[in-house]
Amino acid sequence: MAEVEPSVLSNGSDNSRARWKHLDNFLTRPGAFTDSEFQAGLGIERLETIKILVIGAGGLGCEILKNLALSGFKNIDVIDMDTIDVSNLNRQFLFRASDVGKYKAEVAAAFVEQRVKGVKITPYCGKIQDKDDDYYMRFNIVVCGLDSVEARRWINATLVGLVDPEIMDSLKPLVDGGTEGRLPAQSEEVIDFEADGPTGFKGQAKVILPTITSCIECQLDMHAPRAAVPLCTLATIPRQPQHCIEWAHIIAWEEERKDITLDTDDPEHITWLYQKAFARAQEFNIPGVTYSMTQGVVKNIIPAIASTNAIVAGACCNEAFKIATGTNPFLGNPESNNYMMYSGDDSIYTYTFEHQKKDDCPVCGNLAKEVEVDGNRTLQEFVESLAERPEAQLKKPTIRTEEKSLYYQSPPSLEKQTRPNLKKKLHELVSDGEEIAVSDPAFQIDFKFKLVFKK
Amino acid sequence: MGDVTPPPLQGPTAKEKKYDRQLRLWAASGQAALEDAHILLINSGPGVVGVEALKNLVLPGIGQFTILDSSVVAEEDLGVNFFLDESCLGGFRAEHCCNFLKELNPDVQGNFVTEPLQSFITKPNALQPFTLILVTSPVVPEILATISVYAQQHAIPAFYTHSVGFYSHFSLLLPPAFPIVETHPDPETTTNLQLLTPWPALSKLAEEKTHGLDSMIDDDHGHVPYVLLLLYYLGRWKASHNGLVPQSYSEKTAFRDLVRSGERTKTAEGGEENFDEAAKAVLKTLNPSAPGSSVKEVFAAEECQNLTKDSANFWVIAHAVSTFHQTHSVLPLPGAVPDMKARSKDYIELQNVYKSKAREDVAEVLATVRSLEKELGRSIPIDEKEVEAFCKGAGYIKLVRGRPFHIARPNEMVKWGDRARFAAGALENPDSLILLYIAFLAYDSFVASHLIDALGGAQKVPGLDAAEPDTQKMIGIAEAIIDSLLNEASRFIKDPEYSEIKHASARFVEEIVRAGGSELHNIAALTGGMVAQEVIKVITKQYVPVDNTCLFDGIASKTSVLRL
Ligand SMILES: [Zn+2]
Repeated sequence: MAEVEPSVLSNGSDNSRARWKHLDNFLTRPGAFTDSEFQAGLGIERLETIKILVIGAGGLGCEILKNLALSGFKNIDVIDMDTIDVSNLNRQFLFRASDVGKYKAEVAAAFVEQRVKGVKITPYCGKIQDKDDDYYMRFNIVVCGLDSVEARRWINATLVGLVDPEIMDSLKPLVDGGTEGRLPAQSEEVIDFEADGPTGFKGQAKVILPTITSCIECQLDMHAPRAAVPLCTLATIPRQPQHCIEWAHIIAWEEERKDITLDTDDPEHITWLYQKAFARAQEFNIPGVTYSMTQGVVKNIIPAIASTNAIVAGACCNEAFKIATGTNPFLGNPESNNYMMYSGDDSIYTYTFEHQKKDDCPVCGNLAKEVEVDGNRTLQEFVESLAERPEAQLKKPTIRTEEKSLYYQSPPSLEKQTRPNLKKKLHELVSDGEEIAVSDPAFQIDFKFKLVFKK
Repeated sequence: MGDVTPPPLQGPTAKEKKYDRQLRLWAASGQAALEDAHILLINSGPGVVGVEALKNLVLPGIGQFTILDSSVVAEEDLGVNFFLDESCLGGFRAEHCCNFLKELNPDVQGNFVTEPLQSFITKPNALQPFTLILVTSPVVPEILATISVYAQQHAIPAFYTHSVGFYSHFSLLLPPAFPIVETHPDPETTTNLQLLTPWPALSKLAEEKTHGLDSMIDDDHGHVPYVLLLLYYLGRWKASHNGLVPQSYSEKTAFRDLVRSGERTKTAEGGEENFDEAAKAVLKTLNPSAPGSSVKEVFAAEECQNLTKDSANFWVIAHAVSTFHQTHSVLPLPGAVPDMKARSKDYIELQNVYKSKAREDVAEVLATVRSLEKELGRSIPIDEKEVEAFCKGAGYIKLVRGRPFHIARPNEMVKWGDRARFAAGALENPDSLILLYIAFLAYDSFVASHLIDALGGAQKVPGLDAAEPDTQKMIGIAEAIIDSLLNEASRFIKDPEYSEIKHASARFVEEIVRAGGSELHNIAALTGGMVAQEVIKVITKQYVPVDNTCLFDGIASKTSVLRL
């Protein structure tokens, strides 16, 4: 492959390519790892035309927007529903103190457009769920910088649903970054209750080719929810300062301030919870309740710093750039590594591996997922367990078998009609090995489970 | 509990609000250390990685930074550096980056120097104001050597960074002894309950709370804290095993079965959570609490053995803790108790037994510290809090021995010294990125011997104009480095392995030459993130920094840390 003068390829003036001299070394020169199909200059064209969607304009999102603009992408859209809070300023570098209260997506888009000339960034201040399939179909690559597992699952299911094997462009690579990382919990390990795990130096970046490689749903056990403290501990035998705070949050507020909607951003509300928790802790001789801990527990705060966001976002955008330009092999090629975990609290350690696609993945697989249940438990108990099982995490499930409706969350008439089933034991409703379909208002798809009775 | 502070009437301060998410990682003490820091960035090449690192340090509020860079902003800077825009063209890069970085945080003071590095560095005390130095390549070998020597002599941490295309590297030069007390180990894996060596107050509590265990009503039986259950069953085990505790794996599993046999399974829940916790804790907690290798290294260190009047506080406390360990065969008790199924009152009682013992241990260590201070004739007493923090983290203290940078010069091979054997061994490990490190050494060697013009102007990076001719030269330099390393390590690698190593080396080199010295913004941003994390760890003396070289491969998306 011969080297080609970049100016020959550029449709702009020579001067406009002068700005991209650094980038053009890679777009016009083949490397030791590029494949034989590498075409000098093709990447320049692709960067001009590709439409890329960024989900999240927070800590990761700010970095992602900056990185993509300086990777030569020209058409970027960004979605975020949040407004700027003062506690964002220690890492979300596109925002200033005077921006507090404004929409993140708008401020971030305007800032990067102004700094990097020639890039068009279109913000949408709202929820990803507001948009339909036609909207998502318009993009070539999606990059996610979210802190919510639920939003990730939604966009993942949407992108899997868009894939039409007949239409090449319907397959949109999803590059996903996260800093809230928890390593997969081993089942026999006791998960201690703690408000702040040392997660601030950790993160992960991965690439998903919907329907082809392991998807967010296949990886759900990597994001196991924190074990909840039993209500009876909070109510009768608190031992930790966090138990007292949860008590104030869940029980005391309901009893004493039922008519006021709890706003975790209202300092008066946090102060009230703190004082309640503090008094309860004193009663039980439990030391350690602080205002900061109260805020941390109630808002489920995860420590976050700029440098970790920079690492995760850099890794994600590097993959997006390689996918778009073919300048080097990317993570997520079938049968190759697709997942990088980064840990920086004890030296630096990365683990880059292939997360396997699951045949029984409710989103991208075609087999029902096997779940072991106790046939003597009630449907009610099963419904509750669906919220907690790491592989399900469904909070408002509607359940049916091939023949009958077991439980419907809505409409009210159907809910009322199916409610008596909640008290029935599972073996009275389904047979051993029977498949059920579960839907949840948070997701557009059905989850298929095969219920196997414990022997 | 005793005296308690009344709840404050107003919430956190403005600063606590702004830094809330990071104070949860390094607390007020770490933040104070950051605010005392003054970082010098010696910026060269495209100059992105250094500025990105600074961004991640300005945001959390370091005290001051200074950018030293004499280059002028050109069109190509605008396509790769976020802290420049069109209004900066033709101006000093240092000045404009400094101004844009300062916008990120009004609490941070930013300075810039546009004097050429060559003349700046020769001035007396030029480096004196700085508490940490970041150098980005390319830089003249003599200057890098000057900085390396200065950093070692003055115990100032220094970083040397490459960001070239899809690859990056940094080496961290720490002081000859860099001890860390607050390593923040994972609380789930580091609980130390000293169940094999219970002290009288703990044994007494266990006897009290497990008295008549078998005849307790279900509700009581299900609420005995698991720590006390384990002590109870250990007593029973010892009675039938000549007073010995379970040691081998099979003994521990047998002991676990013994614990399980006490569980009542006909309860409303079909089992007991406290017994479940006890059984699960057997393998994790019934280990003799011998200090780990990094703690032994601290005890064995010359600085710990031979204290002087001027020894750092760390060494005086380490000596006292080592004396404690000699006397009791265990380290001071950390005193933390994990949450467990228990009634509030019982749990608090148990927690207090651990806390009192921890306080006693601290008192004993403190007494030794005081007598050492007297013996040595030290005038300023060590703060009790420092001793307390040391005892709390004693099991996980860490000592890093800083080492100088490798300086690659043309016509002179890098010396690997006592790391030659390790480095030569790494050549055959496919997971190691040592060949990428060697490619960067070759890069430095190339740059040091090539100038853009004959007038002693700027240095020329490989692949600047065209890749092909420089690639062959670079492959030759890298192979010479490999051969010299093997030679120094007295190691011979046969074919086909030897050819495979050379082939892999050539591929790294080829990819580096392709870059023509250019930075890719993504890699610069990612590497700037890694460097900033390490800077924060070094400045706050919390968490464990890289020892001492880190490489990133943006093609495979993986890192490799080497001690060189
Ligand atoms: Zn899947």
